[in-house]
Amino acid sequence: MSGAYQGKLDAAGNVNPQILSEEAEDSRGEMARMSSFVGAIAVADLVKTTLGPKGMDKILKSADPNEQKITVTNDGATILKSLYVDNPAAKILIDISKTQDDEVGDGTTTVAVFAGELLREAEQLILQKIHPQIIIQGWRLAVAEARKTLLSLAWDNNADDEAFRKDLENVVGTTLSSKLLVQEKEHFIALAVDSVLRLKGSDDLKLIQVIKKAGGNLKDSFLADGFVLEKKISNGSVRLMQNPNIMVANTSMDYDKIKIFGSKVKVDSIEKVAEIEAAEREKMRRKVDKILSYGPNVFINRQLIYDYPESLMVEKGVMVIEHADFDGVERLSAVLGAEILSTFDNPDSSKLGSCGTIEEIIIGEDKAISFKNCQEGRASTIVLRGASSHLLDEAERSLHDALCVLIQTIKNKRVIFGGGHSEMAMSNATDALAKTIPGKKSLAIEAFGRALRKLPTIIADNGGFDSSELVSELRAAVNNGSKTAGIDMNKGVLGDMRELGIKECLRVKEQALLSASEAAEMILRVDEIVTCAPRKREGY
Amino acid sequence: MASAQGQFLAFDEFGRPFIVIREQEKRARVKGLEAQRANINAARAVSNLLRTSLGPKGMDKILVSQDGDVTITNDGATIMEKMDVKHQVAKLLVELSQSQDNEIGDGTTGVVILAGALLESALNLLDKGLHPLRVCDGFERACAIAVKHLEATSQELDVFANNNELLKKAAVTCLCSKVVSNRQNELAAIAVEAVLDVADIKRKDVNFEHIKVEGKPGGSLEDTCLIRGIVIDKDMSHPQMAKVVKDAKIAILTCPFEPPKPKTKHKLEISNAEDYRKLYEQEQQYFVKMIEDVKNSGSNIVICQWGFDDEANYLLHANKLPAVRWVGGVEIELIAMATGARIVPRFSELSSEKLGRAACVREIGFGTTDDKMIVIEGCANTSAVTVLVRGGNKMIVDEAKRCLHDALCVVRNLIRDSRIVYGGGCAELMASLEITKVVDMEPSIEQYAMRGFADALEDISNALAENSGLNPIETTTWLKNEMKNDPSKRYGVDCNGVGINDMKELNVYESLQSKVQQLQLATQVVRMILKIDDVFAPSEYS
Repeated sequence: MSGAYQGKLDAAGNVNPQILSEEAEDSRGEMARMSSFVGAIAVADLVKTTLGPKGMDKILKSADPNEQKITVTNDGATILKSLYVDNPAAKILIDISKTQDDEVGDGTTTVAVFAGELLREAEQLILQKIHPQIIIQGWRLAVAEARKTLLSLAWDNNADDEAFRKDLENVVGTTLSSKLLVQEKEHFIALAVDSVLRLKGSDDLKLIQVIKKAGGNLKDSFLADGFVLEKKISNGSVRLMQNPNIMVANTSMDYDKIKIFGSKVKVDSIEKVAEIEAAEREKMRRKVDKILSYGPNVFINRQLIYDYPESLMVEKGVMVIEHADFDGVERLSAVLGAEILSTFDNPDSSKLGSCGTIEEIIIGEDKAISFKNCQEGRASTIVLRGASSHLLDEAERSLHDALCVLIQTIKNKRVIFGGGHSEMAMSNATDALAKTIPGKKSLAIEAFGRALRKLPTIIADNGGFDSSELVSELRAAVNNGSKTAGIDMNKGVLGDMRELGIKECLRVKEQALLSASEAAEMILRVDEIVTCAPRKREGY
Repeated sequence: MASAQGQFLAFDEFGRPFIVIREQEKRARVKGLEAQRANINAARAVSNLLRTSLGPKGMDKILVSQDGDVTITNDGATIMEKMDVKHQVAKLLVELSQSQDNEIGDGTTGVVILAGALLESALNLLDKGLHPLRVCDGFERACAIAVKHLEATSQELDVFANNNELLKKAAVTCLCSKVVSNRQNELAAIAVEAVLDVADIKRKDVNFEHIKVEGKPGGSLEDTCLIRGIVIDKDMSHPQMAKVVKDAKIAILTCPFEPPKPKTKHKLEISNAEDYRKLYEQEQQYFVKMIEDVKNSGSNIVICQWGFDDEANYLLHANKLPAVRWVGGVEIELIAMATGARIVPRFSELSSEKLGRAACVREIGFGTTDDKMIVIEGCANTSAVTVLVRGGNKMIVDEAKRCLHDALCVVRNLIRDSRIVYGGGCAELMASLEITKVVDMEPSIEQYAMRGFADALEDISNALAENSGLNPIETTTWLKNEMKNDPSKRYGVDCNGVGINDMKELNVYESLQSKVQQLQLATQVVRMILKIDDVFAPSEYS
């Protein structure tokens, strides 16, 4: 007897039928748990060294030999996103960090590292024969307690504008201190806070545009008033205009083909060709006339503008800008208060937008168009300068994180002290809770506290400081009632976070705590991994 | 394959072989008890796999699909579906859990475990020399007794009493075994509300087509909410259109805002300038006419299955007609049903009575990303509802969606049939006790099979106890003893370690329908498997 029916014989000689397809894998119990722990912890360890102000960067190189693009970054989400992993648990960690990025924009490394540390603790507990479900029960209690503590630590300075701005500056400073932009920290703090405050409470990041121009150095980056469009003004137009009426359009200004299906021009003599051509020109001229009847001084189109209509408009003294892409048009219309027009039959100047000044500027060596004093004053543009494109990419990522954190802070208003203070306070709270809970659950709660303490430990380690000394000092300080103690990562000693101005956004921390424990719990609950046979790909 | 050949070959009186099965050496064949044993082993392997997922302390499984996508779940039907089972008998069990899922929606793990236990006890009986069909008959008789007993001892509940408290508790029982259990109360409330919103209480019917469960990664489970309306994952076609339309009159179109494309093959030739001009004007007219038609019908929002031309899009905006494009066919139908609209295939056929009505249509955004969704609330015709599930990552959202589906099913089942039995293995043990009581009266040899059935029923409470870290045999014996001494008791396995075994007090119950269905389905599948006595399969080496 042979074939699919036989299956394998196990140690006792019983037939162990093969149920899954040949290449499928199935690992159970300890093996499954082991593989998910190993995978998740490996991923967490990978990004661990990037955590904190003294974290190191990673170079990411594409696996495709044809694509030699490399990325230098210490942004957790970016690193994890580019990893190609096969381990299901590792995938969960990557996913969680991606979601953190989407939701709050920062804390992506923290999430992965914290989830990894939780699993490391869980591994120990499982070796002590504690059931995963009991660990989860303990963790849930611990999360609730930690969250309560975290919320109690936070304060809200919203009523006092000046203090709030100070908070914002400190928060963004803390975020930036672990990024590339740290060398020009003060400069970028002002940049980020100004641009976000200009949003006046809106959380629409689209209104802040970041333009990267290689050349110069980071210090030369600046916040442009209004909006900068990376396009050129067409030849012959004026280069500067005050209080113009701007029309933003999305219409074809090339040859404006007839869209009726199947139409086709067929003529039998040269004269007729000339006639048709004339008709075409006539049509375009009428279109231009219609557009001009709105009375715009500036005409911006999403699509191409051919020479003929362009010259017609320039003749009338209209500044013409062609080929602004989709995003550009949408932003422009928002900023200028203009409608995006596609037909031009009802002249009504109220549909046009306006701004104080429009002029061509030069950034580095490229020309761009700047719209100043816009109607909708909330928009702003940050022009990043830097030595190389890698540097600029990383600067943009850092700035994005900073802006996200700021927006979250403005939305949520509440801030907490950084430097490991909140982690330590949460860890102390869970430790205290553990003492009041009977049963094995308390071991899990203690483990949760240990995992929380790991975060400042790793940050201190990354800075090359004596983490055991520092963290225990911090623990004692927090336990003795200090509300401001934290680790000063510049000196490697305990410091007063209020004086150092190290603050963090509550929302980011809270989200990190919740998603990390959710992910760890999810991985812990697994006792079996079934991997289907990979789909056969053709052409390989 | 020497031995195999001997089995299949016959010789005539001259010693020439008859060919009974063509190319027999290319097939694997097992028959008789051997076949049953192999089948039962395969089925047992599957049910053992699910065993650890049973109950509130059940564990999850990671399933990696063919394309490397990761699913984490402890929903029996989902595990079975994603496992890509190859074995033919194991496939029967996959279908078993699926049919439980389709009929009832919950108890998909339990039914497979029960089938596995039945098969195991059948194997013992077969080894004793009982004929498989006698075993099946016995099982069926036992099943009938069990069902009758459960019906007799079930309890009729007034599910709507006390602010639907009982429905909520049933939903909580269903959710407590899932990964979302730390939010079980909120989700249970959402499930109950959703079902009650669309339920036809008089006919005791719930149309699930009116409940949609949509997921969107991001936020946390707490942000999950019930929207009294329809959610579509689209945005307004023009960025500057109004984001909120109150008192909406919806025109649903299945024709694009583009110049018409006649379906007949044709050629339009332009031979002089005059024609060219005319054609251009004609084209401009099309758009104006389209918008006019829509406007004249009195509509104030357009939902279209197809795309818009740039010019038409702008005209819509200019005429203050917010519009949504590229809406899928299924969603279009759902919207049409809910708002009482007629789906209009041509602009000329639009009229005011064909419009759908809703209290509010609005666009909502999420997080720092650009994602937007359209929400249609207060639909005129039916009370369609959507549960918008949020969660830390895609896997959580998917799992939460599955959990909610289960919870919705449980609530629906209770509204359909409000008789309940108690969970925690209690119903199974009661049935088992009843069978044991009457089995001695049975004169035929089916007696053995019936006893086997009773033993198998205990396996559910064994598995529950095992997963909760209790001693299974000790627990089950104690529970049986308690209930035998006092038949009014409803004792079950105390999975959460609260120290109470009274399932009435813990409010752990399931609908009678679900339990009966489990018993019947499992018995049927077991019969099917036992009746197989010969399996041909193509050999691996063909």
